[in-house]
Amino acid sequence: MIAESGHYAMVLALALALIQSTVPLLGARLSDPALMNIARSTALAQLLFVAFSFAALVTLHVTSDFSVANVFENSHSLKPLIYKVTGVWGNHEGSMLLWVSILALFGGLVAAFGGNLPRSLRARVLAVQAWVASAFYLFILGTSNPFLRLPNPPIEGRDLNPVLQDIGLAVHPPMLYLGYVGFSISFSFAIAALLEGRIDAAWARWVRPWTLIAWIFLTLGIAMGSYWAYYELGWGGWWFWDPVENASLMPWLAGTALLHSALVMEKREALKVWTILLSILTFSLSLLGTFLVRSGVLTSVHAFATDPTRGVFILLILCVFIGGSLMLFAWRASALKQGGLFAPISREGALVLNNLFLTTACATVFIGTLYPLGLEVLTGAKISVGAPFFNLTFAPLFLLVMIALPFGPMLGWKRGDLLGAAQRLLAAGVVALFAVAIAWAWTSGGAALAPLAIGLAVFVIAGALTDLAERIALFRAPFGVAMRRMRGLPRSIWGTAFAHAGIGIALIGIVCETTWNTEYLGTMKAGDAANVAGYELRLEGLFQEQGPNYRETTAPFTVYGGGQRIAVMRPSKRSFTTRGGMSTTEAALLTRGASQLYISLGDATPDGGIAVRIYHKPMVLLIWLGPVLMAFGGMLSLSDRRLRVGAPKPAKALRGLQPAE
Amino acid sequence: MTRKQRRLTLIGCSLAVLALAAGLVLYALRDSIVFFSTPSMVAEQHIAPGRRFRLGGLVQPGSLKRGDNLAITFEVADGNARLPVAYKGILPDLFREGQGVVAEGELDASGTFKADTVLAKHDETYMPKEVADALKKQGHWKDDYGKEAAANAEARQATPGVTQ
Repeated sequence: MIAESGHYAMVLALALALIQSTVPLLGARLSDPALMNIARSTALAQLLFVAFSFAALVTLHVTSDFSVANVFENSHSLKPLIYKVTGVWGNHEGSMLLWVSILALFGGLVAAFGGNLPRSLRARVLAVQAWVASAFYLFILGTSNPFLRLPNPPIEGRDLNPVLQDIGLAVHPPMLYLGYVGFSISFSFAIAALLEGRIDAAWARWVRPWTLIAWIFLTLGIAMGSYWAYYELGWGGWWFWDPVENASLMPWLAGTALLHSALVMEKREALKVWTILLSILTFSLSLLGTFLVRSGVLTSVHAFATDPTRGVFILLILCVFIGGSLMLFAWRASALKQGGLFAPISREGALVLNNLFLTTACATVFIGTLYPLGLEVLTGAKISVGAPFFNLTFAPLFLLVMIALPFGPMLGWKRGDLLGAAQRLLAAGVVALFAVAIAWAWTSGGAALAPLAIGLAVFVIAGALTDLAERIALFRAPFGVAMRRMRGLPRSIWGTAFAHAGIGIALIGIVCETTWNTEYLGTMKAGDAANVAGYELRLEGLFQEQGPNYRETTAPFTVYGGGQRIAVMRPSKRSFTTRGGMSTTEAALLTRGASQLYISLGDATPDGGIAVRIYHKPMVLLIWLGPVLMAFGGMLSLSDRRLRVGAPKPAKALRGLQPAE
Repeated sequence: MTRKQRRLTLIGCSLAVLALAAGLVLYALRDSIVFFSTPSMVAEQHIAPGRRFRLGGLVQPGSLKRGDNLAITFEVADGNARLPVAYKGILPDLFREGQGVVAEGELDASGTFKADTVLAKHDETYMPKEVADALKKQGHWKDDYGKEAAANAEARQATPGVTQ
């Protein structure tokens, strides 16, 4: 009954989405407020129905109703409650339902909080949003219905893949989807602007908070996924340049560029056409990511060809939306008026440079991800493009961005003074040189470039701090005055500083971890000790334990450092009886400052020993602290007064046609 | 500066960055991509020792031997040929005899494949994509592998943004 009503609610949501995608457009065309307002009510109703549908699926999973195929294949009655809930999106059908629910959520938010938008723009935005939603409802109902019943209900389920039974999975996909799908709003705004044939600074101000929200979630989602892979997969790696990861990195890079170009548009009305194009590209890359992950094309090109329904359907969605929007862009973009002028050396110029490098870096990731697929389809040759490719292409481009980064906020709008900016950054440069010298003196071994990279990271952080210090005239004005200026500083300035410093901090973590990581590999028996990076780790023994749906071998290690007993680490191996004895490695982590000790277990040997891998990873936590700071900076910017109060009016509003509500 | 000069500066900059990126990509594509082979392809093509490639196939049942200090040897087979593989370290959780495997490394002078990575892209049902395709091509494909690969696709797809 629950399954059927969930299914039915989704059909109703599709019907509402179809109305929402047509009637408001007609209303906008005829300037009929009643028809335009239908967008608002249908968006909210659509959200209600799809939320009901999602809640139905969650209920089915929680109550372990194995007569539903999706629950049978991915759940088990003994599974802890939290994984029953997270198992809802741990599979194809459920995660697509989550995707479209989030899409409806964003549409509903625009409908609920978009009161200050001109009515015709809001109607068009919601209509475009409904096009996307309709396509995905059709996809789910046609090819991946999560509510299908089984003719002979089994008593027990097949359980969720054990690797996915983890708190990281509870949070990672929803975060990532909030990011992916959040960019649909800027896409809808871009298409609506093209349909209206008018775009101005007010448009950019409406789009920016939505882009920022999506970007914050995507940043956190990627960081969380990376940390999850780090501790769950037992290899101590945090980024593999796997196509699935690249699929999330590409929209992030394009979205970061979009945030910056929308800034130029908001302040100076320049880069209009480019911002529109970036909005389209960012969401296109989100769709591409969904296609790569969902169609099975990564698992096998052949699997894609032999079971074409899902893959071809998503490919079709991809072609229609990307192709359609780019054609609309080519047709209408010339109608948009050109914006303000600026000198090459200016804040705008710096932001253009940022965009140039970010999109180019994104393009290299795109090539590295799709080239093997393309080559295999065309010639049948199988190649793998891994870390070496990306280290050679993506890394240099991103390092160049970072050299230029501190100069950007120092330059004035319209016409900047590069020499003046360089003088103000002198202190930051000196600090960076000190950092290089210290890194050089303190460390031995590793790449010679590592201290330089650390210097660059310190330069970025010091540059962000210098920018703050300059703005509040620290050291130039009396301390009290500086403090007062600090309190008066707009939050977006703080947000910029945090986000930029976050990049530097992440780079320090990446460089330290990859350069000075130490590893111990060996077979150990009870009482044996290993020495890693100044710590002594003694294996206490091997113990068998029984978990709710698995058996576990635990190997407690006592860690000594400087003659002191510090802690006990408990790495383990779990064997899941429900999945034919499939085992997972549960690594043990010990945090010391920003560094971590990492133990993962291998196979037991016949003579009672066990294979052990121990890492010391210096400064590894900074890799994730950086993105967290970036997201925090984004939240500060989001809370800036400018984006909340003073509902912006379009530059040359057609008076009488669109009264503000 | 006139509008035209400004635009030219912008276009010049863009072209410079794009040229840089294109150069990097071409250079990287020449040097840092890794080809995939099966034991019979290795036998046919006479791959030179020291050339990195990925080897895929099934772990020959009964061939796995553990030596001292985590040294491991096993054979990879694809129905027509076999190749001995030497590896030092911890094997992935789901490494099993009779199952598919992908290893990355190079041949040494004696014709043994020295692997430095044995890929962990497995769950209990996973058949690596390259292995599945190669086995199909050579007619050694059994249907139950196909079901397994499909089941795995689900598991893998459930984790957008991260690798397994």
